[in-house]
Amino acid sequence: MQRVGVFVCWCGSNIAGTVDVEAVSEALKSEPGVVFSTNYQYMCSQAGQDMIKQAVKEHNLTGIVVCSCSPRMHEATFRKTAAAAGLNPYMVEIANIREQCSWVHKDMLTGTEKAIILGKAAIAKVNLNAPLIPGESPVTKRALVIGGGIAGIQTALDIADAGFPVDIVEKKPTIGGKMAQLDKTFPTLDCAACILTPKMVDVAQNEKIRIFSYSEVTEVSGFVGNFEVTIKKNARYVKEDICTGCGACVEKCPMKRIPNEFNLGMDNRPAIYIPFAQAVPKVATIDPNACNMLKNGKCGVCSKVCAAGAIDYTQKDEYINEKYGAIVVATGFNPISMDKFDEFAYNQSKDVITSLEFERLTNAAGPSAGKLLRPSDGKHPHTIVFVQCVGSRCESCAEKGKEYCSKICCMYTAKHAMLTRDKYPDTEVYVFYIDVRTPGKNFDEFYRRAVEEYGVKYIKGMVGKVVPEGDKLKVQASDLIANKQLHIDADLVVLAAAIEPDKSARPLATMLTASMDTNDFFTEAHPKLRPVESPTAGVFLSGACQGPKDIPETVSQAGAAASKVIGLLAKDKLTGNPCVANSNELMCNGCSSCANVCPYGAITYEDKEFRMPDRTTKIRRVASVNPAVCQGCGACTVACPSGAMDLKGFANLQIMAEVDAICK
Amino acid sequence: MHNNKYLQEEIIRISGVNPSKCMRCGKCSATCPAYDEMEYHPHQFVNMVECGDIEPLLNSKSLYKCLSCFACIDRCPRGVQPAKVVEAVRLTAIRKQGANHLTADMVPEIVDEDTPQQLLVSAFRKYTK
Amino acid sequence: MQVNEYKPLIVAFCCNWCSYAGADLAGNNRLAYPADVKIIRVPCSCRVNPMFILRAFQRGADGVIICGCHPGDCHYTSGNYFTRRRMAALFSMLDFLGIEKERTRVEWVSAAEGAKFAATMNDFVQTVTALGQNKRLEDLRCKK
Repeated sequence: MQRVGVFVCWCGSNIAGTVDVEAVSEALKSEPGVVFSTNYQYMCSQAGQDMIKQAVKEHNLTGIVVCSCSPRMHEATFRKTAAAAGLNPYMVEIANIREQCSWVHKDMLTGTEKAIILGKAAIAKVNLNAPLIPGESPVTKRALVIGGGIAGIQTALDIADAGFPVDIVEKKPTIGGKMAQLDKTFPTLDCAACILTPKMVDVAQNEKIRIFSYSEVTEVSGFVGNFEVTIKKNARYVKEDICTGCGACVEKCPMKRIPNEFNLGMDNRPAIYIPFAQAVPKVATIDPNACNMLKNGKCGVCSKVCAAGAIDYTQKDEYINEKYGAIVVATGFNPISMDKFDEFAYNQSKDVITSLEFERLTNAAGPSAGKLLRPSDGKHPHTIVFVQCVGSRCESCAEKGKEYCSKICCMYTAKHAMLTRDKYPDTEVYVFYIDVRTPGKNFDEFYRRAVEEYGVKYIKGMVGKVVPEGDKLKVQASDLIANKQLHIDADLVVLAAAIEPDKSARPLATMLTASMDTNDFFTEAHPKLRPVESPTAGVFLSGACQGPKDIPETVSQAGAAASKVIGLLAKDKLTGNPCVANSNELMCNGCSSCANVCPYGAITYEDKEFRMPDRTTKIRRVASVNPAVCQGCGACTVACPSGAMDLKGFANLQIMAEVDAICK
Repeated sequence: MHNNKYLQEEIIRISGVNPSKCMRCGKCSATCPAYDEMEYHPHQFVNMVECGDIEPLLNSKSLYKCLSCFACIDRCPRGVQPAKVVEAVRLTAIRKQGANHLTADMVPEIVDEDTPQQLLVSAFRKYTK
Repeated sequence: MQVNEYKPLIVAFCCNWCSYAGADLAGNNRLAYPADVKIIRVPCSCRVNPMFILRAFQRGADGVIICGCHPGDCHYTSGNYFTRRRMAALFSMLDFLGIEKERTRVEWVSAAEGAKFAATMNDFVQTVTALGQNKRLEDLRCKK
């Protein structure tokens, strides 16, 4: 029999407000095995923990039950306390009487009643606990960063800085991501390329960093410290190590009319291309869907003009297997499709564009060489209407838009409006807003400057419809403050499209077993205290894959993710989870049911000699679990027909005891 | 400001609309084709119902200017459905007043030939007792 | 006179990664649900042995609900698929034995769905309360 100590926490008034803690500690005193029971204001505080240590010594406790907040919050804390008191840390059980009791129930009577039952269940479980000793596993000292935008670049640079090798996997032919497409950045109006491209060069030159561009992750297995990842390097039909990026092939390619993704289809590129001048790696890529040589074997011009002989039409997709200790997800975002927003005539007129397209239009390296010209006729627009919240904060139209605020649109629209007025003072600029959200350092000042110094007309209201008529766009909108309906003849309409996580994020989350929210943003381990870690150990989050973010936030999160990775890689050994499956060899009949359901391949079979009752020996095939590979899901325990398989820490008898305690 | 709780609840019940979902973007009024005809605009309908300021709405001609084209319902990003609010206020007004707003002799003998029959039928359904 | 209102006894098995965190989130957001629901934490919904459910009914539970990650989101890749199949078989057997299908349920609640957790529990408690006490499998020897 265990000697159990029960510690009921008040959590200030969080628990004590709806649970009579005195009654709970009193009621639990008479439970089997309980030799000590008390309550205290903050069990997790130093004084509370000392109280536990003291009680362990005084009463020779062998098990501890803490009735407090969720074990997801403080289980680790109390396990450390137990260890400090000389107990096995796995002799601690938590009864969750805060999140799952005091906070969700209103009256004292039912709250107290339930808290007692939850306490009894924990006591019943701890009575059957056995000391567990976690295994250790080595750490592969190499990190993988998925996504080569500013988030991935910054994370990789920071990790490499600490001396650990890093690989970046980017699905596009070059790293740089969305930031490479931007013109200026708010609120300082630095040129995006001027601050990004030096970082891209740093990545290329850093000997600790390898770049897998035009590649994707196809398979992930293993666990924290020991991930095994398969990277598919798509065939670019150009030998990366030989190509000098001279661009002769790009110039000579006869297939010149392929929509240029980098400029969002606003101009064309050849079938062999380098996305932009500062691309890293600066290597040409052949688009297999456009190249005549690859489609029907007729052409071969690029191979003839390539002085280096880098063109290889026979190149195949390549699969690379590599081991990593940590994985950082930095898959970023995309603007949502405007196809379903008929009211803004995005598909009817070339002069209705998204903000990212506007960014390319004003970029010196963009399709109009930085001159703000209408995509339809190349004329200078005199009246520009910016529409905010297109698809953001859109609750009713789940198939069209997003429920959340995309966060960055207010600021980049202010930037666009300000820059337009600055360069072309003869332009009328209207911004239709619902709310202007500018919480950031120097953000509101920036927006006010757009209004006060640059004369941008901010109108509280929304655009209802845009109708192309002649060479004008008839914009019908409401001005809620003047209580008027406005009709504006605009030359250009710019839509601040909502942003969504990249489409590749969902399958990746499945591969990584990292959880996502309903909007496909990765969830963090704790929204406040662990914002850059995913709940899956060894997987970290950087940038907009976790939620809409601007550049400064992305960079700071990237640095934070890097520091977490460094903290992990700096360890030589990781203590594993001791709550793993184990098989009772005497009961196992070697049927393979457990191995069939194990997602990790942790179960193998071995032939073992057993002594039989009649003193003969017999060789039987029995299951054996590799504790370093087992993650402790328990699927095998249920599959086992003979009941030989059990899970440490969540044993059949323990859960059964909890059921009994609850149903008493 | 009158605050007529009974009428407010009645209109919310009839329309099935939750006016507190409105985030005041004004897209309903921006898209409304009858905007210039109306004294109170679609976003004001939603707002005034939310505030319980119903009397002015009941007495306003705006009620009968709404075309029920449902553009506001289609465009509202929060699913508030202003046209249903207008319709509910209209129903309340008709129930309260008990008067006919349209009689047969108000319809010209020869209606514009592009006018569909259904329009007349629905107009009678809406504006008569 | 005090009316003794019938309170069902409901056992909820929640997987550690999604639903237990969802239940915590419901707590964080103070989304109330009846105290009749008692949560048992398991590492994964696939850890729930049918024996636990039978035991709960034997000991007088009125309803059992199992919550796991959404299909495809299991922390252990495939655990919730096993749950789905195992429980489909078990529940139809229980139904055959006279334990109404409404008393047993499998729900997917993610760590971000505190509101769904509370709504699911409210709905489940209501359903079970409407069915009344469950006596079919109850082992009277378990009751003193």
